Amino acid sequence: MKWLSDDKLAHLLGVVGTKYAFVKELGRGGMGTVYLAEDRELDRLVAIKVLSAPEVTDDLRRRMIREAQIIARLEHPGIVPVHDAGTLPDGRIFYAMKYVRGSRLDEYTAQGASLNDRLRKFQAVCDAVAFAHAHGVIHRDLKPQNIMIGSFGEVLVMDWGVAKIREDPCQSAVYNTSDGTIIGTRDYMSPEQARGEIEIDERADIYSLGAVLKFLLNDQKVGKAAKAISAKAMASVPGDRYASTAELSADIGRLLDAESVSAYRENALEKTWRWTAKNRFLVLLVLAYLVMRIFLIFTSRR
Amino acid sequence: MSKPLLGVVLGAILGAIDGLTAWFEPAVRNQLGGIVFGSTIKGIIAGVAIGFFAKKFHSLPIGILFGVLVGAFLAFLVALMQGGYYLQIVLPGSVVGLIVGFATQKYGNTPAAVN
Repeated sequence: MKWLSDDKLAHLLGVVGTKYAFVKELGRGGMGTVYLAEDRELDRLVAIKVLSAPEVTDDLRRRMIREAQIIARLEHPGIVPVHDAGTLPDGRIFYAMKYVRGSRLDEYTAQGASLNDRLRKFQAVCDAVAFAHAHGVIHRDLKPQNIMIGSFGEVLVMDWGVAKIREDPCQSAVYNTSDGTIIGTRDYMSPEQARGEIEIDERADIYSLGAVLKFLLNDQKVGKAAKAISAKAMASVPGDRYASTAELSADIGRLLDAESVSAYRENALEKTWRWTAKNRFLVLLVLAYLVMRIFLIFTSRR
Repeated sequence: MSKPLLGVVLGAILGAIDGLTAWFEPAVRNQLGGIVFGSTIKGIIAGVAIGFFAKKFHSLPIGILFGVLVGAFLAFLVALMQGGYYLQIVLPGSVVGLIVGFATQKYGNTPAAVN
């Protein structure tokens, strides 16, 4: 099949069949190209992902449709919603999703986000991924480049193109690793994914989340607890990781609340220090009381 | 822990500690038992008042201010009965009220509204 240039595509999108008017190209991935387009019926901007690969097979087509179906089934504030899906005049499959204004997580951190902000965003990512896991979907390619921070601070997990649905009878026909294909991005990929193992589960995503957390903590001054959370999530043996994304999210919540985390066992001194830091105003009040008492004792003896 | 209960517990503990410091005052050391008892009761009364206030008004600065005023007022009554030691009684009493006022606002639980 001969592919159309962006100009021709723009023309077709603008005049034939669809309700979308091409605006510009946003990016290209392994399977598709994402365009910014205008939905002329609803008068809003959308992002359209169009299947574009050097060789388009039936498998790729099915995979693209499946990607749209996966995202559509995951209705969650942390997962970019799909508005529409269909076929372009030249036969290419596409789906339209919300156009997210904002920056990718790696760009967001480069703008100097504070540690607490980073942890809150990370927790929101965990919650979105936990939702997907609860619906039997494993993302398999979590990385800062696939996480968008919207202009109002909302967090959206993107690019579900290589996601796996657990117990999906169509899975093997569509996109699995039965042929040993390695899916994911090396720096964020779990060891079992890197080995091309077929049977991976939610813990592969937990590993990737640990790697994302490590990236977020990279240039920050953090305590042992934060590092321990990342290390536990990134344990090489899946059984040593958090059992669920919700557990990982809960530990991040505890870290934000200056409470003890399950990934790190504190000694008495660290516990006292953390409690003092958390309740510093109360500690100051008690100290002030003691100082005043000592002062009164000495002055009354004169 | 609910705000009134936290106020009572904290008021009693801090009141007792406050009373125990009278041991450092040789002139009143022989009355230590009575002072500790009176100070604990004063702490409990202050704790109840501050705790119930915290339950009604959710404001840290106002809660602290109320704590200081209640602590100072009750301590003043005690000093009045003692006929002296105003500074030694009113100042610590005010700070104890301040601590209870802060703690009840900050750490006390507010029960969820029931429809």
